[in-house]
Amino acid sequence: MAHYKLRPPLTEADIRQLKLEDTVTIDGTIFGIRDATQIRIFDEGIAPPADLTGSVCIHTAPGVRKLPDGTYEKICIGTTTSTRMDRFVPGLLQQYGVRAIVGKGGFLQGSVDAMAKFGGAYLAIVGGAAALETLQIEEIEKVWWEDLMPECLWKFRVKDFGPLIVAIDSHGHSLYRDIQQRAAERIKSLSQ
Amino acid sequence: MDTIYDRIETTARDLYIRALKDIPRDVRDGLQRAHAAEKAGGHQTAERVMFTILNNIEVADKKSMMVCQDTGLPVFKVSIGSEAKIDVAELKNRLRKGCERATAEYPLRSNTVHPLTRKHTGTNTGQGVPIVKLYFVPGSDRIEISMAPKGSGSENTSFLKMLNPSEGRKGVKQFILQCVFESGARPCPPIIVGVGLGGTSDVAMQLAKEASTFRKIGSANPDPDVAQLERELLEAINQTGIGPQGLGGATTAMAVHIEWAHTHISQNPVAVNMQCWRGERAEAVISLNETEVHSHGTL
Repeated sequence: MAHYKLRPPLTEADIRQLKLEDTVTIDGTIFGIRDATQIRIFDEGIAPPADLTGSVCIHTAPGVRKLPDGTYEKICIGTTTSTRMDRFVPGLLQQYGVRAIVGKGGFLQGSVDAMAKFGGAYLAIVGGAAALETLQIEEIEKVWWEDLMPECLWKFRVKDFGPLIVAIDSHGHSLYRDIQQRAAERIKSLSQ
Repeated sequence: MDTIYDRIETTARDLYIRALKDIPRDVRDGLQRAHAAEKAGGHQTAERVMFTILNNIEVADKKSMMVCQDTGLPVFKVSIGSEAKIDVAELKNRLRKGCERATAEYPLRSNTVHPLTRKHTGTNTGQGVPIVKLYFVPGSDRIEISMAPKGSGSENTSFLKMLNPSEGRKGVKQFILQCVFESGARPCPPIIVGVGLGGTSDVAMQLAKEASTFRKIGSANPDPDVAQLERELLEAINQTGIGPQGLGGATTAMAVHIEWAHTHISQNPVAVNMQCWRGERAEAVISLNETEVHSHGTL
């Protein structure tokens, strides 16, 4: 279990080195996306107004306060369940070059395959630990698609963002799948 | 001078905010035990997850921040004493106003949307929201208010099955284990598993919510057979290895709570509702004869 400090934009090599249960912290830029953001990108076919090549995206809908100058003050920023947004993963990786997705709850097999094919990783954050996350986000740098509030496209500047745990790597491995397979076997024997 | 209704409104506002910032004592203790168990078991990832959860709570305490960003759907459980003699319609109105004030004044992220159009109300209130459960207590002059801003990660893992009576106790256990398995990482384990047994389908769901959200960790159902099932299920669930955040480990659940009602000879409803590790809940007591609101938090 190695630890990596990463600064986006990330290369394929940055991602390919990560193995399950390695830990990662991120410095620099991450993008916030959620259900409505990705419905706009993929279902409505509107390309994101920011270059996501090599980016790290996090599943979030921040709690914020809008200031008189139009910028946003962070109130509470945390991470939502990724599994709901599973179907958007191949598109994010293939069409827009996203390298890592930060979330909680994990993805299904289709996304595990897409990450192996295109060189992506899923970095699990501790869900619910939003006080830490809010402090690790130094600034909300930019917001697009404010009509989707709070599910806009957000650009955050972060420092020592983590600990993130590699839960799906770019080699077809998923910690969630391993754990669930073992759990299924145990439940079978417990139910005898 | 503030009327009792003003106090109810202010209390509703304060409880909403406090439930998001101050984790209940019994939940803190449960999380500490989970951390110790993962450490003792030598599961590094699980220990790291539990350490981060405890660290997050400490930071939220010190900096007076919310623990989690999900401001939930507001749920109130209100026990009204028969001697309190208050207008229940106005009480419900003031609980709603309290939620709206918390949302505007803190400000809290609003989550309430129309189920079809997904249009936001912006207030954390709306048709049927806040959810208010009323109970009546003979002889008391007090109003006890429990508030839970129920988060969605855990609420999305809710289940109901009308079992055949012939499936018996074994069928009940199998179904609950299957629910925990299907939920996996999504409800933010280590979770509190709430089970509603019996009644009609709707009553079973309500009992499951009471069990997951309003019962304290460490409490046992007064019925010894039911309490025995709670213990058996907790042990079995923690043998699944799903663990904190579904990343593996010894603590998938901190507690299993079962609430029950009698049911029909030809049916056996079992409902399951999960609560995430945050276990958000805040309580206050308003007495008709005192102006003070007794609110018990850990901070």
